[in-house]
Amino acid sequence: MKILVAVKRVLDYNVKARVKSDGSGVDLANQKLSMNPFDEIACEEAVRLKEAGVASEVIAVSCGPAGCQETLRTAMAIGADRGVLVESEAVLEPLAVAKLVKHVAEKEGVQLAIFGKQAIDDDAGQAGQMFAGLMGWGQATFASKVKIEGDYALVTREIDGGLENLKLKLPVAVTTDLRLNEPRFITLPNIMKAKKKPLELLKAADLGVDLAPRTTTLRVEEPAARKAGIKVADVADLVKRLKEEAKVL
Amino acid sequence: MPSLVIAEHDNQSIRTSTLNTVTAAIQCDPDVHVLVAGQGAADAGAAAARIAGVKKVLLADSEAFAHGLAENLAAQVLALASGYSHILFPATAGGKNVAPRVAAKLDVGQISDITKVDSADTFERPIYAGNAIATVQSIDPVKVITVRTTGFDAAAAEGGSAAVETVSAVGDSGLSSFVGSEIAKNDRPELTSAKIIVSGGRALGSSDKFNEVLTPLADKLGAALGASRAAVDAGYAPNDWQVGQTGKIVAPQLYIAAGISGAIQHLAGMKDSKVIVAINKDAEAPIFSVADYGLEADLFTAVPELISKL
Repeated sequence: MKILVAVKRVLDYNVKARVKSDGSGVDLANQKLSMNPFDEIACEEAVRLKEAGVASEVIAVSCGPAGCQETLRTAMAIGADRGVLVESEAVLEPLAVAKLVKHVAEKEGVQLAIFGKQAIDDDAGQAGQMFAGLMGWGQATFASKVKIEGDYALVTREIDGGLENLKLKLPVAVTTDLRLNEPRFITLPNIMKAKKKPLELLKAADLGVDLAPRTTTLRVEEPAARKAGIKVADVADLVKRLKEEAKVL
Repeated sequence: MPSLVIAEHDNQSIRTSTLNTVTAAIQCDPDVHVLVAGQGAADAGAAAARIAGVKKVLLADSEAFAHGLAENLAAQVLALASGYSHILFPATAGGKNVAPRVAAKLDVGQISDITKVDSADTFERPIYAGNAIATVQSIDPVKVITVRTTGFDAAAAEGGSAAVETVSAVGDSGLSSFVGSEIAKNDRPELTSAKIIVSGGRALGSSDKFNEVLTPLADKLGAALGASRAAVDAGYAPNDWQVGQTGKIVAPQLYIAAGISGAIQHLAGMKDSKVIVAINKDAEAPIFSVADYGLEADLFTAVPELISKL
């Protein structure tokens, strides 16, 4: 069985996003970009399934500008066998990404596609579900446990209030939640090995997929700042202020 | 054209998240219909009909909807979609699961987690863990939307008198099946709708300490308990207590953060709270930058003292 993992290059999670002064977006120039944390978890899970003998090959896919090759190399350093970059300089919305990944998934004949549950830049949380819908596959979102048994995937999902167990017929799309696994530390020898793994380049524009954005971003602004708070002297002071000033008790 | 709200319910009653979503839907188009898809969900359908502002309730009753499986629910929404300009889901685990699938099958974009309706096609939504607010305009004929429940007031649960219309249910997709669930037993207020939240972080040190120190405070205040990702990852608190970008987004009247440093990802989940109290012994902790009232103290002495003074 072949597994596909979809990975995205985003502003590093430790960096605080700064809004451009002209309101056109978030300033990414000269900022540290890394693999979306949920996608690292997706790579780790795919590689673990391969190590367990469930999968024969793990293919990492990314959609975006040429710089995303770096992210694919990271995926290969975690253990993906090869990478596919669907190159596009334009802004890709989740629907466009789902269509591009569908193209690759069909070409490669994968049985399992693993996405992160959301990218920490646009916070959309759509691509995995959209992909599943376009493929007509079952979907298991927010997964915290994945087990493949014969022709089925047994998945535990994180839902509001607890956990839910589903049984899905393969092929299936899974999106990862934080608790699925702890991604491994990437070692220098593996980074070197990843440089030698094959990386295929496709031009998004040549694939005959409708990539036109469905929304226009009119402006991007800083959120309203909270007014500065105060430090209270002790617990008695805190209780008094909560009762008399804030009136929340 | 009317807007359609996909209700969250337990077959008997409607969840609060649906009421917030109805408010957002009315701002898109005042002609609001609600879909209640479930098994034996007549009571939930009747409850939906009493929500103020709802014009019509569509009730789809089938075994296929017993557990809200995405494949089946999405197919039901698609069967009804042609008559609607807006299809809105609450941005809960359930809504986020189904909405993108519906959008993809309609070949339209989806707009996640809206916090404001500017006009019928223009919406505001936070991006980058809430560090930026984007105003987006949709060019699609049908807008598929998830609604951040803390961004909108709840519609009144009583006062409406909509007609309930039974619609034919689509069958089971056969793609997935429900095996079981482990729902945490909890008699506290629900985290996302609680008025007061007491939240703990890594500084609590253990699951026992977490319960020993924070539970009495939450009991005293009638509050829900929350946790930072660090506390959840360390096993001090269950997953579904996590507040933050990747957990629950909350906006209570009072949020008490005990032993939480205040990472970007945590702030994303609670910085719209009305009053924030931080108890931390590290004077440099970033949580103090958003706290209305900061108490620089050891939480193991401050929290018991707080309980005794309430």
